Formats: sequence, structure tokens, C-alpha cells
Amino acid sequence: MKLSETEIAAIQHEMTLYEDPGAATIEALKIVQDHRGWVSDETLEAAAVVVGVTPTQMEAVATFYNLIFRQPVGRHVIMICDSVSCFLTGYQEICDYLKQTLGVEFGQTTQDNRFTLLPICCLGNCDNGPAMRINTDYHGRLTPDKVDAILAEYP
Amino acid sequence: MEKVLTKNIRNDRVPMTRTEYEQTGGWDAFKKALAEFKPTEVAALVKEAGLRGRGGAGFPTGVKWGFMPRFEEEPEKRPAHVYMVANADEMEPGTFKDRLLMEGDPHQFIEAMAIASYAIGADIAYVFLRGEYTESRQKLQKAIDEATEAGYLGDDIQGSGYNLRMYLHMSAGRYICGEESALLSALEGRRAVPRHKPPFPAASGLFGQPTTVNNVETLCNVPHIVNNGADWYKSLGLHKDGGTKIFGASGHIAKPGLVELPLGTKLSDVLDHFGGVRGGRRLKALLPGGGSTPLLTEEHLNTPLDYEGVGAVGSRLGTGTLVVMDDQTPIVGVLKNLEHFYAQESCGWCTPCRDGLPWVARILGQLEAGDGKPGDIELLELHTKLLGPGKTFCAHAPGAMGPLESALKYFRDELAALIPDDASTLDSTQAANAVSNH
Repeated sequence: MKLSETEIAAIQHEMTLYEDPGAATIEALKIVQDHRGWVSDETLEAAAVVVGVTPTQMEAVATFYNLIFRQPVGRHVIMICDSVSCFLTGYQEICDYLKQTLGVEFGQTTQDNRFTLLPICCLGNCDNGPAMRINTDYHGRLTPDKVDAILAEYP
Repeated sequence: MEKVLTKNIRNDRVPMTRTEYEQTGGWDAFKKALAEFKPTEVAALVKEAGLRGRGGAGFPTGVKWGFMPRFEEEPEKRPAHVYMVANADEMEPGTFKDRLLMEGDPHQFIEAMAIASYAIGADIAYVFLRGEYTESRQKLQKAIDEATEAGYLGDDIQGSGYNLRMYLHMSAGRYICGEESALLSALEGRRAVPRHKPPFPAASGLFGQPTTVNNVETLCNVPHIVNNGADWYKSLGLHKDGGTKIFGASGHIAKPGLVELPLGTKLSDVLDHFGGVRGGRRLKALLPGGGSTPLLTEEHLNTPLDYEGVGAVGSRLGTGTLVVMDDQTPIVGVLKNLEHFYAQESCGWCTPCRDGLPWVARILGQLEAGDGKPGDIELLELHTKLLGPGKTFCAHAPGAMGPLESALKYFRDELAALIPDDASTLDSTQAANAVSNH
């Protein structure tokens, strides 16, 4: 398994930004994920070779951080904020509605591979709770109707 | 009131261009610092101004900078690098203020980083930015690029002989990265496990080099202190703590949002600014500054919101972003939400935190479901001691115990009433034994 030239170049650039090139471990995983949607065992090992750390070190890091996906995800990743401000403003209703509409539980992907549903810590969108993030887009003040309209924007 | 930190921020958060920023006096403070002050003099000025950390702990910034080793007299002893790190990993539940500063006025933050770097003698500065803040990332990278182009970053800045490079690091998640030594572990490409202190980062920080970590809002105060002096800064606060603060409100509040007000503004006045409790209801409780600050209630409405004022009533100013609960809110649900969060976000390094927090969350879940047992309240209380300050490797678990301990004080009867009368008994002595045997 080899990474693409683009991935390798991006990782090597990150390695120049730190006194210890091994510090690029996290960024290397993110680069691989940006290109492939998730980090497989094979790409994790290939990234470890580029950064110069062991696959074990790479895996220790990959499993620690919640924005690194070690399983395939759908085309769009929904992260619903489950922290206290959103909890107070209606998180549970939106969460139940999403699970019911998509027919998935947290950590699962819809059968058409369109959405993966995950909970996330406070998104820093507390004045717009209940809030969620789809890919890199923030959505707030959610209601079930609004959720329907938003999901339609992500084919 | 005079807006200081937010004076350039537009409602739509479209930031000023570099030129617009310069026209409002932007980058003057950095030029002034380079031309008129030695690095130690900037640090002394910030210390005199009394600026305290806005990330939650409230540690005096100038004192922290004073811990940095100095190499002006003995340049041959200077290590390969000295680091300035901005903690932009805003993940405290209910906190959304640094995002405003980064999205609304990225140039102010970059200038602030440059001055702070000069003050501590750093040659490399990293912004440790939470992974979800992609809008902040784009705006900050643009501001860094523009500052580099204009000669505010790079080599021999403004002919001063001072060199500084600045990089953005996007985190990959986890609340614990906000703990400054865990943040340094993350920046080194490792798991974000906190480090033993001492040594503190000033002695051995990023890659073992002298390092200072400051919060975004803290840093954003620095250009204004350099421009206007310590006395001016102190005069902005209403009591002992100087300066302004970005306060926020979310939860059961009529008009959630953010506002810059003098430090020491009364809690009731801050609430009024956001329209008061939603639906005209009464206040039950609030978290004054994020998920790890002990609750305040109606009896604290006259409390001045500054470090001393909130400290005097048994809580902490924290991040200054209020999470408001109305009188219809079952407190057990709020506590379960908070403790579940802290349990999930424990790095797992030390046992009391890794095992204690899930236990606390489980007890709260049982209480909420009507499955509580006699002794549960005492068991929760015991946890607030066993996971309290000095019992764990870092401040994560003690922070998590803050709201719980205060809830046991203010809402003990409400929590105890959740235990069914016919529940099987487990008395407090058995509970204590269960803990010590665990």
C-alpha cells in the first residue's frame, strides 16, 4: 500500500513545521483521511513510514482523537453536539429525530452510504443550540423540520 | 462602555482586511513594543496591568511570562527554540467566545501572539486550534499570511533584529487538549496525556524547550495594554480585576449570545443584557464559566463577575460564558450530561478519573431513571472528595466535581427525593467501603 504523491508531499511539508518531524503524526492521519475519508490499517502503516514513527505509535494516536476515523464513514458525517447548552435547548429531540429519520444509531452509517451519525463535544455554537455540524458546516437552532431541509442539502 | 476586544468585530463576523486593521491602529502595539520596550518590559507591563488568564484558570499572565528563562544576557545559552503557544482549543461546554475573537478579528489575535512571543523571547509560535473551527482556520491562516507579507512576521521584523515564525496546528479533537501540558503532548504528535508538573512548561515545554501557553482571549488583551498602559487597563474593570471580559449566555436565556462588558459587572446585569431567563421564568441555577465551574443560584445575582467576586461565593469565573437553567430544569439531568462528558473525555491516564467519573455518571443515570439507592447521595459526595484537587494527575476530574459538589449543596433534597422509598438499602458506611475496596 502506497500513499499518493500528493499525500506524501503534504505530510512531508507538515514535518518541516516542527523541531521533531514525528510531531506531524496527527496531521499525517488527517491528510490521509482528507483524501480517503477514513484511515485503514494499510494507509496508517504507510503514513507511519513517511513520518518515521512505528505503526503502533501511529495507532495509539489515531485511536485517541475523535476526529480520526478508523472505520469507513458515509459521504457526509453528521456530528450532533451533546454538551450542556444543547442538552438544555432540545438536543434529545433532535438526536431522536435524526436516529429515526436515518435509521441508524451513533457510530453507524446509512445503508446508502450517505450519512454517518456521531455525537460530538460542545461545538462552540452554544448560542444556536441545539446544534450540529455536517462535514465542516455548522447548523444551529435545529427543529425536526429544519433538519429535514438541511439533510436535503447533502445528497 | 468602551469596547476593547470586540471594537473591530462586525455583526456578520467578516473580518477587517489588514489595511483596515492598520487604519484603526492595528499593529501599532507590536511596532511600539519592538521599538520602545525590551521583552522583559512588556512582560512587566502586562503583570502590572493585572491581566489574568481567560481560559478558565485565571492565572496572572505577566507572572506566567515571568517564569520564562531569559537569554538576553547570555545568548550562547539560548536553546534551539523558545515557543509561544496559543490555546485555541475551545471545548469547554457552553463556551464560544474565542471563536468570536478568531473569526471576527483575526488580525488582533495574530498581533497579540506576536507581542506575547516577543515578550517571552519566543522564535516560533503555534496556534493550537480545535479541529472543528474551520472558519477560524481559514481566517487565521489568511491573517498570518498577510502579516508575513507586510513584514510583521519573519526575520528581522521592522528592523528590530527580532525573528518570529507562526504556524497553525489543527487539533483532531478531545477536550483534554485544553489542559496546557496535554496540549503540548498533542502538539508533539502524541496522545494528549497531561504531564507531571513540575517541570512547568516555562522550564520544559514543547519538545523540552521553554514554552508559554496562553488562551486566545487572554492574548487579545495584550495589544491594548501595550497601547494604553497598565493604569488604563486596570480602570476598565469595576473592582480589583482589571480589563473587560467577553461574557456569553446560552441554555434557557431569552437572547443567547456574547457581549463585552467590564470585569466585575454584576451577574444580574449580565443576565439582563441577554434578556433574562427565557419565557419569563425564574432562574434555577447557572454555570458561570463553563462545565467545570460550580453552580450559582438566585442568591448569587448580586455577585460581581470577576475572579475575586465569583471566587468569594465558592465558584470560579472560568470562561465567563453562562449556561442558564430555568426553574423547570431537573438538576439530575444537567449533572448526568456534564459528568458523562467528563467521563468520556478523561484521557484515562490516572485511575480516580478514568474509573471514578463513569461511576459518577452511572449513579446519576440511575437516580434519573428512578433506580437510585439509599447511600447514593453520600456516594456522590464521597466522589467529590476522592476526585478532588490533589487526588488526580491533572485538573480534569476536580473540574468535573465542581458542579456536582455545588449541586449537592444547593439541590441535595431534590436529588435525594429521586431515590424511591422502597429501594434496597446501602448505607453510607457500606458506600464508603465500596469505594475504598474498589
